[in-house]
Amino acid sequence: MSWVFQNDRPIYAQLMEQIKRRIISGIYAPGEKMPSVRDLAAEASVNPNTMQRAFAQLEQEGLLYTQRTSGRYVTEDEGRILQMKENLAKELTESYFAAMEQLGYSRIQAVKMIAATEKGEKES
Amino acid sequence: MSAILECRNLVKQYGYFQALKGVNLSIEKGKIIGLLGPNGSGKSTLIKLANGLITPTSGEILINGKAPGEESKKVISYLPDKNYLNEWMTVEQLVGFFHDFYEDFDAHAALEMMARLGVRTGDRLKNLSKGTKEKVQLILVMSRKAQLYLLDEPIGGVDPAARDYILHTIISNYNEEAAVVISTHLISDVESILDEVVFISQGEIVLTSSVDEIREQRDQSVDGLFREVFKC
Repeated sequence: MSWVFQNDRPIYAQLMEQIKRRIISGIYAPGEKMPSVRDLAAEASVNPNTMQRAFAQLEQEGLLYTQRTSGRYVTEDEGRILQMKENLAKELTESYFAAMEQLGYSRIQAVKMIAATEKGEKES
Repeated sequence: MSAILECRNLVKQYGYFQALKGVNLSIEKGKIIGLLGPNGSGKSTLIKLANGLITPTSGEILINGKAPGEESKKVISYLPDKNYLNEWMTVEQLVGFFHDFYEDFDAHAALEMMARLGVRTGDRLKNLSKGTKEKVQLILVMSRKAQLYLLDEPIGGVDPAARDYILHTIISNYNEEAAVVISTHLISDVESILDEVVFISQGEIVLTSSVDEIREQRDQSVDGLFREVFKC
């Protein structure tokens, strides 16, 4: 997974999203130690203060926690991670519907389209 | 947080031409600042004033609360917009030169970075390509443990891969006690490593803001905003 940033949104918010995806996909496993702010900032080519801000926010959301002496860790609460995964899935679904709506498809039509594509049928 | 660099009503006049028209600016430690403006907007003039290479016509510029001088030269690491090093020296000699000249220079770190970028230390500067020369200069400048790095167009002549490496070097050398000022017009390349941006136009500061503030409030990148503000 590489770090890619869009132009129209704050970088820290995009960092948060991308770290969340890494937690969901297990790149950062529950209870695992996170890389340092400095290392991860260098990896993502972003300002360390911006990475710090993303970390702080993720801590507030309970996805990371700090152990005073030894660093920052991914939450061990797998229920929390599952919940985050579901939230993300909902967001993706919503944005799919929104994009389909722009093309003039209702939700029902969109769902049909998914089912049809899944079966490998061609819609005309 | 304390200001490492402060300008108060700073004016610089070259003959009839006013290069800086009363600039007020404060730069804090621990920040990476982009000094952004079109060609001829006063970026280099401001950086030269901070270095004490030229003196203000009126107003003042302060480094750690004092006018530029012997003390400020110890804490400022400056990358000029053109080569000032001896062309006949080898890279290795240059590292030695910096080591003799600056107390805070880390020769070991410099040589390590040269090796990583594939710079042959036995080569004379004059035999290096333009891009490699720029890499050598930037490595020398970044290998000091300074409080203020003033980088005038640090990425202008290098290829995108080296550009990434240079930005990487800037980030990994970052520390809370130092500020980095990068003057450039290649905004999209540096945008993600900046804390704050200062837009300068015709000798005046027209905007200071954090990168994420611009993105949050205007839904556009600094690069996009720059193109809008300085539309020709």
